[in-house]
Amino acid sequence: MYVAVKGGEKAIRNAHKLMERDRRGDRSVPALELKQIAEQLYLSVSRVMSEGSLYDVELAALAIKQSRGDLIEAIFLLRAYRTTLPRFGYSEPIDTAAMLVRRRISATYKDLPGGQLLGPTYDYTHRLLNFKLAADGELPESVQAEYDAAEEIPRVTDLLNAEGMMEPDPQVPSDAVVGDLTREPMEFPADRDIRLQNLARGDEGFLLALGYSTQRGFGGSHPFAGEIRFGEVDVDFFVEELGFSVPLGRMSVTECQMINQFQGSTVAPPQFTRGYGLAPGQAERKVMSMALVDRALRCRELGEEAVAPAQDEEFVLSHSDNVQATGFVEHLKLPHYVDFQAELELVRRMRKDWQARQEVEAAQANGPVEEAAQ
Amino acid sequence: MTEQTYDNFADHYNFAYLDEQTKRMIRRAILKAIAVPGYQVPFASREMPMPYGWGTGGVQVTAAIIGANDVLKMIDQGSDDTTNAVALRGFFVKTTGVEATTKTSEATIIQTRHRIPEEPLKANQTLVYQVPIPEPLRKLEPRETETRKMHALEEYGLMHVKLYEDIAKYGEIATTYAYPVLVNDRYVMDPSPIPKFDNPKMHEMEALQLFGAGREKRIYAVPPHTKVESLDFEDYPFEIQKFEEPCALCGAENVYLDEVILDDKGARMFVCSDSDFCEDRRENGHVGHMAANPITESENRGADA
Repeated sequence: MYVAVKGGEKAIRNAHKLMERDRRGDRSVPALELKQIAEQLYLSVSRVMSEGSLYDVELAALAIKQSRGDLIEAIFLLRAYRTTLPRFGYSEPIDTAAMLVRRRISATYKDLPGGQLLGPTYDYTHRLLNFKLAADGELPESVQAEYDAAEEIPRVTDLLNAEGMMEPDPQVPSDAVVGDLTREPMEFPADRDIRLQNLARGDEGFLLALGYSTQRGFGGSHPFAGEIRFGEVDVDFFVEELGFSVPLGRMSVTECQMINQFQGSTVAPPQFTRGYGLAPGQAERKVMSMALVDRALRCRELGEEAVAPAQDEEFVLSHSDNVQATGFVEHLKLPHYVDFQAELELVRRMRKDWQARQEVEAAQANGPVEEAAQ
Repeated sequence: MTEQTYDNFADHYNFAYLDEQTKRMIRRAILKAIAVPGYQVPFASREMPMPYGWGTGGVQVTAAIIGANDVLKMIDQGSDDTTNAVALRGFFVKTTGVEATTKTSEATIIQTRHRIPEEPLKANQTLVYQVPIPEPLRKLEPRETETRKMHALEEYGLMHVKLYEDIAKYGEIATTYAYPVLVNDRYVMDPSPIPKFDNPKMHEMEALQLFGAGREKRIYAVPPHTKVESLDFEDYPFEIQKFEEPCALCGAENVYLDEVILDDKGARMFVCSDSDFCEDRRENGHVGHMAANPITESENRGADA
């Protein structure tokens, strides 16, 4: 009978076997290949790479396959792998102005140098289930257009900056050390480098809700989507021994520059301010939300009163990480019977006391009436 | 998932999973924690291959201090057989190849969640606690920026007010686990969610006590022979839980018991939470009143009553 705490080892082993069987599903259906996930579920792959903080399409696809499409589980798998990797150093900052752009839109101008480039997007599609896909209908081959790779596509914020309307990019001394929250514990108040790292790893749903809350008046900052761009950038690495930078390769990123109205304060003139979002792969919802939250979190530096949840640095940064959040929420599944026993004992004793008091009170209330009756 | 042994693990990963640089960083935090008993030292907690909240802090502390000759005991809720204890013990056996034991007296490192073993620990042992929320003031003040200040200024009035309000409301201090302690007359510390029954064992313990909180990125410590007092008032002194009956299996008294429900008619038994302690006593001939067959014994007792 007393089996509840015995046999854990065998149970765990068998549970994992069962999980593996369920993960594979019906064996008459071909198993997913990593290439299929990487090619056809690229938006999932993007999210796993971004919140898993590791740019590797194949590993992200593997994590998605292993986790049966549970993206938070996949993110966790990728993080746990990432933490074991040796650290060679930090790349040079990527230059998104030199991006090979696949999509670039600005909501603040009708037309602008470099043009509006819709690129691959669900925007303006009619959200109707496409039953052709269910019938495995292949699409007609797309037509390739000529593309002028040499064309400059300047950032919208730089255009505005020329007029002095935009706050300039913050100037950082070249020898400044950028923080690394995977190597140092977070401390408050946190600077913007750490905040942006935290948001880049942060849960898309959490940032979406917070960004949305700023639009609905909880810490509003009147945002305009100054620019969203998605494409490939070069990643360079400065090699001490050589004395110059060498290209490591290319990566796809999505960037959002949010432009926010700002009335000015004692420390800054009236101008437009920025919120910034950047994520690997194609992740527009994520970078837009990130930019809204980044701007909200800049309240301290801009002399704004912090009154809304999205402006509360400690609240936002402490709860954005879905690997931490899911671990702690789900740890409630672990046995807690020792603590529960302690609470049982207390509540039983308190109920006994309460009942005794009730009886005394009832006796007191009835007492005089009975006497009167006699 | 195939079973792995230490031999094939060592081909891909370092001893005890963490790289040596990370272990050094954690050891520095541990040394600082020992130097300032009860103070929460921030450390660069790593992502571990088990979820945050499932013992990553304790696992990192153990990984930083374990050597090839250590003997490890892993318990959860006082027992070696609970699922997470089994999983974490398996992790260390796989990543270090060290000997694991269930015997408290044989272990050099004991990693625990929610309990301190009944058998007094000795000078050559280290007790590693898994900690979910290291900040004893967190439920009173959610902001880290504020609580760090309160510790720095030794400003613990809020905690005493909370305990006082408990007495005013319930007639006693209504905290039964994670009961706050004052360490070395300086820092108020969360003993991790052990039942307050275990608090007195921390006082002047011969063994080193280390606390790891992975998600919250904090390490703290109580060095051997350090004063650990549970907070209380002169007229409302600290008291531990008392159980009305002894362990049903081994007859032990003055130990912490788990309540096990036997059927849907209210029959229950109380047994030692420390499973090794209980087994040891039974091997030495101690017999509780339901040791033979809990169900029939409980029915007989019901008939007697």
